[in-house]
Amino acid sequence: MTTGIDAPERSALGGEESRVAGFISGVGRLRESPIAMIGLAIVLFWVLVAIFAPLLAPMSPTATIRPMALPGTRGPGGQLFLLGADHLGRDVLSRIIYGARTVLIYAPIATACAYVVGVVAGLLAGYRQGWVDDLLARIGDLILAFPALVLYIVIIAKFGSSGLNIILAVTLASGPGVMRIVRGMVLDIRNRAFVAAAQVRGESAWHIMFAEILPNATGPLIVDACLRLGYVTIAIGTLGFLGLGLPPPNPDWGGMISETRQFAMIFPHMVVFPCLAVSSLVLGLNFLADGLTDIVKRA
Amino acid sequence: MSLVLDREPTRTIPAPLIAVEDLSVTYSGRHGVVPAVARVSLALAPGQSLGVVGESGCGKSTLALAIMAYLAENAEITSGRVRFKGSDMASMSPEELRQVRGGGMAMVFQEPGAALNPSMRIVDQLVEAAVYHREIDEGTARREAGEMLRDVGLPDVERILGSYPHQLSGGQQQRAVIAMALLGHPSLLLLDEPTTNLDVTVEASVVELIGHLRRRHGTGLIYISHNLGLIAQVCDRVAVMYAGEIVEEGPIDAVFAAPKHPYTAGLLRCIPQPHTDKTERKLRPIRGQVDQLLTRLPGCGFAARCDHTVAGRCDQGELPLVDVDAGARHLSRCIRWMEIADATETPDDQADAGGVRDEVLLTVRDLDKFYPVEESGLASLFGGRPRRVVKANQRLSFRVRRGQTLAIVGESGCGKSTFAKVLMGLEQATAGSIELAGLDLATLAVDKRDSVLLRSLQIVFQNPDETLNPCYSIGTQIGRVIRKFGIARARGQVQQEIKRLLALTRLPATLAARRPHQLSGGQKQRVAIARAFAGRPSTVVADEPVSSLDVSVRAAIIELLVDLQTSEGTTLLMISHDLGLVRYMADRVVVMYLGQIMESGTTAEVFAPPYHPYTEALLSAVPVADPALRRRRIVLEGEIPSAMAPPSGCPFHTRCHRKLGAACETQKPPEQRMADGSHRITCHIPAAELAQMGDIFGKPGGRRDDT
Repeated sequence: MTTGIDAPERSALGGEESRVAGFISGVGRLRESPIAMIGLAIVLFWVLVAIFAPLLAPMSPTATIRPMALPGTRGPGGQLFLLGADHLGRDVLSRIIYGARTVLIYAPIATACAYVVGVVAGLLAGYRQGWVDDLLARIGDLILAFPALVLYIVIIAKFGSSGLNIILAVTLASGPGVMRIVRGMVLDIRNRAFVAAAQVRGESAWHIMFAEILPNATGPLIVDACLRLGYVTIAIGTLGFLGLGLPPPNPDWGGMISETRQFAMIFPHMVVFPCLAVSSLVLGLNFLADGLTDIVKRA
Repeated sequence: MSLVLDREPTRTIPAPLIAVEDLSVTYSGRHGVVPAVARVSLALAPGQSLGVVGESGCGKSTLALAIMAYLAENAEITSGRVRFKGSDMASMSPEELRQVRGGGMAMVFQEPGAALNPSMRIVDQLVEAAVYHREIDEGTARREAGEMLRDVGLPDVERILGSYPHQLSGGQQQRAVIAMALLGHPSLLLLDEPTTNLDVTVEASVVELIGHLRRRHGTGLIYISHNLGLIAQVCDRVAVMYAGEIVEEGPIDAVFAAPKHPYTAGLLRCIPQPHTDKTERKLRPIRGQVDQLLTRLPGCGFAARCDHTVAGRCDQGELPLVDVDAGARHLSRCIRWMEIADATETPDDQADAGGVRDEVLLTVRDLDKFYPVEESGLASLFGGRPRRVVKANQRLSFRVRRGQTLAIVGESGCGKSTFAKVLMGLEQATAGSIELAGLDLATLAVDKRDSVLLRSLQIVFQNPDETLNPCYSIGTQIGRVIRKFGIARARGQVQQEIKRLLALTRLPATLAARRPHQLSGGQKQRVAIARAFAGRPSTVVADEPVSSLDVSVRAAIIELLVDLQTSEGTTLLMISHDLGLVRYMADRVVVMYLGQIMESGTTAEVFAPPYHPYTEALLSAVPVADPALRRRRIVLEGEIPSAMAPPSGCPFHTRCHRKLGAACETQKPPEQRMADGSHRITCHIPAAELAQMGDIFGKPGGRRDDT
């Protein structure tokens, strides 16, 4: 089996090169779609905000300075509350800036985990078919039968609120969806002649699944990942709103909305700005997904 | 330049039904503006029929759409006009256009399934067409719809009227589409590859129908096809298109007998004919492929692929269509037509006959492959009824000798591809055996086969677009096979071997770095062949290797397979529905119908009398690009029965034109050994009677003995 070990590495390498080239040309084609460019700009904006949070934030996100400060007013030390301060006197702008870190760390990690689980399960179900397919499909149906929110609440309530548990909950809730998409594509791709050609030259099932089939499914999967990242952003916001997000005083967009919603009628700025932050990021991701769909279709 | 299409120049010239005058169409896309049709002029008198031929990408379909004034949004007419009964299509209002389309002229597209609305019953669609275009009441329309369906040769008209499109077979759908087109009483019928997706016997009956309807209704016809054989059957005149231009136009007999443009001659030389084989007439592919040029180069568009190109003459200025035979209005755009004289040279290179070796390599014995049918009713849930099966292969028995080419012939659904899957281990047989080198392959799944066996048995698949993984470069994919089969390990050696294989399949070495989407269909199929031959296999299965390629490319691939087989000494198992190709390549032939072998023998035996009635009908149905060739016409009734409920007795009895009687319906026919050696025919008709059958092909130019 020396060839078996040596060859997949090489072909994977060859695949990597071509995929990198494909990715670069894909990014180049992104420029043809204005909507994708707008989406990309919004997403990049938040990514940069998260990375440079300590430089951008005018104050500490946890320092209590002047409760209920209105936007544009100044604190006792002359600090400018550009977006106002919350009921505990913390600067809303700084909390939003630091809150971007929470979302942009947990949402991609959780989505990636959902993808690892979903892709492996989807490949197995679609390629192996038979009882493997039945078993995985039933498990997926079982999970999807629960409303996602209930699932989150059950998991977090059981295991306590922590970053790891948020990732676990989102993986469990999104994994079956990813699996279904992958399985559907595998069912189509496995009937193409190049898969049969790989079979008749004696390739292993793993090679066929990961090296022959999976690369051909990447287009739609990238689009789905973008959309799913949006859903996960909302989900993390929702968890924060329900008090199941990161424990306070961590700045968390969902948590900010939740904590201050009783003051919303009098001091709308406390709620409106975090809401805008969540929706703009999700909108950006959706725009990007829209643009990518066009590009994937044309390719 | 306007021409009048009339065979007898003495007759008064009728006003043209449709006149295309100096028409140019361009498409604008991501890569700029692409010319699709360039300065085409045509005219068609009422009741005349014109064939338009050429490879894909030559602008045939664009021309048809332009005639219908139905071009895509990114297409633009840059010069000229289309006149229908004298009035310019471009100046018509949308309402007038609606009346002309369907009422004045009707179009039949390639895919009948897509032309019918899946959510409407056939009757409603037919009535709608008739009522809209002829302003008759619904009762009359309904009655006419019924008559028209009878006219197009559909049985059981009432049932079909009440059916939805998915309940009809492809052939029935296309007949319904033709009926719908004719219900508007059009004076011009445009057919764009109307039979390309149909089986050969169904195709023959649809073509027969089109000819019959034309004579009966006096409809003008423009028939677009890449199949020269079909054009020869249906049309009075033919226009050959290349790179958007008409390169030759003339009466069908004159163009086919003495083509005056090298491209027409090249197309004719590419086609294997069912009455000749590789030892008599070698195929000659046209070099290169149709170029999609952004700008037209001066001179002849075909110059780059032509063997007669002379620098300084063929690449200068605009070449005119010149009349080569004033009496018959035979036009050619070749500047050297007079010097080339007859562009079809006599075949000078006789291919050497493959030595017949006797060693049996592969023995198939009583092979059965049944697929269980997934029952979807409640009853099946409780397991009440016995499970039904599709008998894809039944009691197949034959032998393949080393170094020979065996062809398995039959229409779609006859089980030939199923056999290939069983042989390759992608499916397992239900019963019987396939012996190769002392191993029984019938139930040996591909993942249980050792690498020696895998190496020695490889396959070339039908669809070149699916046979290569789009994600990897050509070099990576061929290299993978080379390493997998241990032909070479070290990087340099593998590269060397990739180069050798590319050269073997006559591809440039630079192709190794390309990815499949940068290759043409023919190139992809060559790579697939290179990949199949990489492990130096003893047996290669070719499953319809050329059926989805253009004619000129087809010839090149066939020649490549023949050459490789001779040089490598490979045994070739050809699976094909194309009898011309089979006649050309095969040493032995197995004819299958609904999973059973009907006839087997050497190629010479099968293609000469005595025939099995099914083979006889198949041979009669093959389009032959030679209007001078006379043959008996046998048009089979009906469609191929479903493999799920095959007819009892002889499976062919429902369509057989030589059916004897009740015995055919109830008893399995015996396998009879013919007097001429290894020839076997499975039929109730006694061998002595079969032996008296006449040859289906008359000698070219001989008397016509159509029945």
